[in-house]
Amino acid sequence: MKWFATVLLCLACVGAAAESGPLVIRITQGVEGALPIAIVPFEWTGAPMPEDISQIIANDLTRSGRFKPMPRTDLPSRPTDFAQVNFKDWRTVGMDNLVVGRINATGDGAYTVEFRLLDVFSGTQLAGFQIPASNANLRLTAHQISDIIYKTLLNVPGAFSTRIAYVTVNRLDAKHSTYRLQIADADGYDAKTVLESKQPLLSPAWSPDGNRLAYVSFEDRNSAVYVQDVRSGQRQKVVSGAGINSAPAFSPDGRRLAVTRSQDGNPDIYVVDIASGQQTRVTTSEAIDTEASWAPDGSAIVFTSDRSGGPQIYRVAPSGGEARRVTFNLGNYNARASYSPDGRYLVMVNGGGGYRITLLDLKTGSGRRLTDSNLDESPSFAPNGSMIIYATMAGRGTELAAVSVDGSIKQRLALQQGAVREPAWGPFRQ
Amino acid sequence: MNGAILKATLVLVAALATTGCSSLNKKPAAPVENSGISNGEMSDIDAARSKGAANGAGAGLAELNNPNSPLAVRVLYFDHDSSNIRADFAPAVAAHAAFLASHPQVTITLEGHTDEQGSREYNLALGERRALSVRRQLVLLGATAGQVRTVSYGEERPVADGHDEQAYSLNRRAEIIYQQ
Repeated sequence: MKWFATVLLCLACVGAAAESGPLVIRITQGVEGALPIAIVPFEWTGAPMPEDISQIIANDLTRSGRFKPMPRTDLPSRPTDFAQVNFKDWRTVGMDNLVVGRINATGDGAYTVEFRLLDVFSGTQLAGFQIPASNANLRLTAHQISDIIYKTLLNVPGAFSTRIAYVTVNRLDAKHSTYRLQIADADGYDAKTVLESKQPLLSPAWSPDGNRLAYVSFEDRNSAVYVQDVRSGQRQKVVSGAGINSAPAFSPDGRRLAVTRSQDGNPDIYVVDIASGQQTRVTTSEAIDTEASWAPDGSAIVFTSDRSGGPQIYRVAPSGGEARRVTFNLGNYNARASYSPDGRYLVMVNGGGGYRITLLDLKTGSGRRLTDSNLDESPSFAPNGSMIIYATMAGRGTELAAVSVDGSIKQRLALQQGAVREPAWGPFRQ
Repeated sequence: MNGAILKATLVLVAALATTGCSSLNKKPAAPVENSGISNGEMSDIDAARSKGAANGAGAGLAELNNPNSPLAVRVLYFDHDSSNIRADFAPAVAAHAAFLASHPQVTITLEGHTDEQGSREYNLALGERRALSVRRQLVLLGATAGQVRTVSYGEERPVADGHDEQAYSLNRRAEIIYQQ
């Protein structure tokens, strides 16, 4: 037999140059009562700054929809430490909080970044840190400062220094496309290609420690599940064979993958021990059982099954046994469920006059639609549980978008080239 | 879609005019379940011989390139949410089954596809259902399971780009690919 496809793989692309053009983030709907905050450009001494740290912080906080940073041109003054601040000036312009700082280049690409978060009304410092940084991690340092500001003022961990994985598709001609599995910072910068292929890639899934991605690749002319180390590029084929091999999801301890296999006749959920390859069959129905997702405490797996006619969400123990249906009174199509980090909600795709992101409260059983677009898919929770990233149909193809868990904040993330889909929000950095 | 109906019509015409396959000997038919062909008789076609041809298998395989043959139908379309083989495609499926039955060395890949609606992984499973549905019928009609490899691409390889029913109906398909 002659295989016609050529597969282009780039296994060690972690060191490759960043893609041209970051994801551009547009806020489409913000929350009322966003906190007014002034981020004064940090003073720097020494070599020219390769990154505008205060601008990155302002962009992070704006993007969260919970803050409204003051435009730089409106800043009444530019203090760089506590002693220089005249709090009355800032009260006058209606700021609740002020961020000031300094960056010192200490030579050889090393820096010290110092910042202070100040409360304007009380005239006190809420947080202050001195962070050593280098050229390679300046953006990360800015994101970490954003996380501290977010946590201090909202009492919720920030997710600004996390990463996202997603798949892009560039159509070459009617029959040929290039698929890329990419990782970027949560703000869209520094995208790196982890794998490039002429055959479809889908379903990226992060390991809990953020060091590996599992995904589905058709490079062998059939679906197969791979696990790849994102730092080294090294990968192993974990599940393959005749039929479907897909929908990987890491267990909370990172040692196992729930996967879908249809080799035994119809798609069922299996749990695979990654190191040994040993497989345990979890579902045995004659229906389609797929799209497994683990509860944060590892005690259960939710999955999609059409055993009752159309796709609905069921829950089962990872060792197998009786599966119980979870979605009731939510229409005829519920699929692609995953848990919130606190285990309280499931986010899923609900069909019925359009495919939309829906949140299910597991305690009450009630569902709430979070989006009102028509072809939404692949929802994934941020690790702080505050937002959900997903793919949505736009004019040029699919785009990534994010919605807050209460539905009040919506953002679009637009990539300049190609269609972007299958987002997976990575864990907090270890 | 008109092309598919036209081809289906050609299949019926070809089936009625069995003298079109003059280069192949015919033997009495083995009993065959509902082939969907009105003249009732599907012949078990001898695998090898053509008059004067040195390589008999070559003559049989040439039928694959005959645009007027029912074997020219290589794409079967499906209704929304369905993996049932539509009546207008039954003759094509029967023709492929007969061809495979009489050419045991020939293998095909059946690709199952869906439209883009709904979840990607669930669509992988739906695509497989379509491919398996066609395979089941092929085997019922004389092919061996080993001759038919199935693969599902779900919604990953659409032929039509739009987001309307016209595009969707073209993407809900099974493709028959002969391994050459």
